[in-house]
Amino acid sequence: MKVSMPGAGGGTRRVWYGRLGFALVALGLLVLVPATLSDFSLNLMTKYLCYAIIAVGIGLAWGQGGMLTLGQGVFFGLGGYAMGMYLKLQAAGPGKVPDFMSWSGVEKLPLLWRPFQYAWVALPAIVIVPMAVAAALGAMVFRRRVRGAYFAILTQALAAAFVILLIGEQGYTGGTNGLTNFTQAFGFDLADPANQRTLYFVTAAVLCGVFLLARQLMASRYGRLLVAVRDGEERVRFLGYNPTVIKVLAFSVSAGMAGLAGALFVPVVGIISPALLGVVPSIEMVIWVALGGRSSLVGPVLGAVAVNYAKTSLSNRFPSGWLYLEGLLFVVVVGFAPMGLAGLAGYGRNALDRLRRSPAPAPQDGTGVLEDRKVPV
Amino acid sequence: MTTILEIRGLVTSFDGFRAVDGVDLTIEEGEIRFLIGPNGAGKTTLIDTITGLAKAAAGSVCFAGKEMLGLKEYEVVREGIGRTFQTPTVFEQLSVIENIDLAASFRRPFISLLRRRRGIDDAIARVLDEVGLAEFGPLPAGTLSHGQRQWLEIGMLLVQNPRLLLLDEPVAGMTKEERTRTGELLQGIALNHTVVVIEHDMDFVRRYASQVTVLHEGKVLCEGPIAEVQADPIVQEVYLGRAADRTAHQEAG
Repeated sequence: MKVSMPGAGGGTRRVWYGRLGFALVALGLLVLVPATLSDFSLNLMTKYLCYAIIAVGIGLAWGQGGMLTLGQGVFFGLGGYAMGMYLKLQAAGPGKVPDFMSWSGVEKLPLLWRPFQYAWVALPAIVIVPMAVAAALGAMVFRRRVRGAYFAILTQALAAAFVILLIGEQGYTGGTNGLTNFTQAFGFDLADPANQRTLYFVTAAVLCGVFLLARQLMASRYGRLLVAVRDGEERVRFLGYNPTVIKVLAFSVSAGMAGLAGALFVPVVGIISPALLGVVPSIEMVIWVALGGRSSLVGPVLGAVAVNYAKTSLSNRFPSGWLYLEGLLFVVVVGFAPMGLAGLAGYGRNALDRLRRSPAPAPQDGTGVLEDRKVPV
Repeated sequence: MTTILEIRGLVTSFDGFRAVDGVDLTIEEGEIRFLIGPNGAGKTTLIDTITGLAKAAAGSVCFAGKEMLGLKEYEVVREGIGRTFQTPTVFEQLSVIENIDLAASFRRPFISLLRRRRGIDDAIARVLDEVGLAEFGPLPAGTLSHGQRQWLEIGMLLVQNPRLLLLDEPVAGMTKEERTRTGELLQGIALNHTVVVIEHDMDFVRRYASQVTVLHEGKVLCEGPIAEVQADPIVQEVYLGRAADRTAHQEAG
């Protein structure tokens, strides 16, 4: 009985700390940041928040579910292209083909593009297409019990193949240049700082929503089951669950989040191209999460914003140095702080707890359990 | 009594080696049966085959009138056969309560899993009590000792209320007190469950077994009450006899 009390009390207290923390950060994102940053910096911040949305998804799939996905750029790209196609068709006007197509000699709107004339197709497609692709891939791969490094390589190959496809089909996809020259979105001028400010709020709100969704999933029985599959997939089978379903859901949700991020990215940055979603960007996405700490959800968000901020500011000064530094950071974190930045905070909190509890006798915090083998009936 | 499990002519082979080689086995409802036999006799492979972990080459496994061969592992569990493993595998990052709660939730519709667990169900509290882990509920399962993990595994099985429990060496690696405690637990479970126990420890078998099946080189050697089986000269030769030889050697040397 003694043992159970501190744990239970700490649990509810931690929930409240979590809620308070989330409210403070959300307030900061929605009030403080837009009030203090210049238009230019705010636009950069919007981009970082788009990346943070991807990172939350990776935190769910990799951090909780143990699925190291090196192809998240594909889902980011699917969402981005879905949005880009819609905006391009809006700009071209009804019945016309987008500018880059006429340069490639494509006169008639390709079949694949036609549904994207309509917002009611394009907007849901932003989330549904990446989710469906991830679910199909996941169902095939997880059922055959492919996991670990093999899964990682497979997703990376998917990213490589996707880029080749995009570049090869220039007439339909804009090739290496991707889709660009966006001036308007939904009737708003994208060059207008006020509209960019609105986009910031939309992105920040989406990030908050995605974060809450992931947190609910993690706290639910499903979330516990996901951790269980990560740590002992075989054992989960013998509890009567089909691990494939559990993994497919997490992978698919993470893909949907990346798709959403891609769609927001397009009006914010004004371009979606193969260079933004290939093998290297996909690996970078995982690095953000590793640096921030994959065991929590705050870690990935922190990692995405911090790494991209550092990238922007440092690559201005040392254009060629950034990649080396990023690689070095990755090695250091994996080697010395496997739980990332958020993990460091965790160490600090544990150390504080220990200090605070030190006057109490040792067995109270459960350390005596290992020795105590006699169990009262 | 009604037959709950009927195995006929079961063969399981790995690269031509027949680990299970034509086993016939009948388990009655409510029975507790011990499977014994020397290392490599095919005991674990037999359980692996029943539960879908190993593929059978021939034969049939009929559980409550339904063929189990060809079903996936989780489908076999859903039919009502639960098992434990030689080395207890619990989810170390999750608390003891969460471990049992996940086991208990396996029949819930998937959608309802997306909700949080609120409090502790009566069934879970009862099982925690039964396996003697009540005071460890909120602790991560990773902090449990080896014996406690085995009990947690048994608890995870009990909460699922299977019709047939297959326990693979539940007392392996346990201390003396833990063995006694596990034996008592088993006797309690056997009151209202059908249990098949693989066991290596002959002292334990003598104390808690009534009906015993001896496996040897993938085949059923003999079957019957423990006293009868122990008296069987063939069993003594392949299994108990060897142990006797060894003691004789040790005494001589």
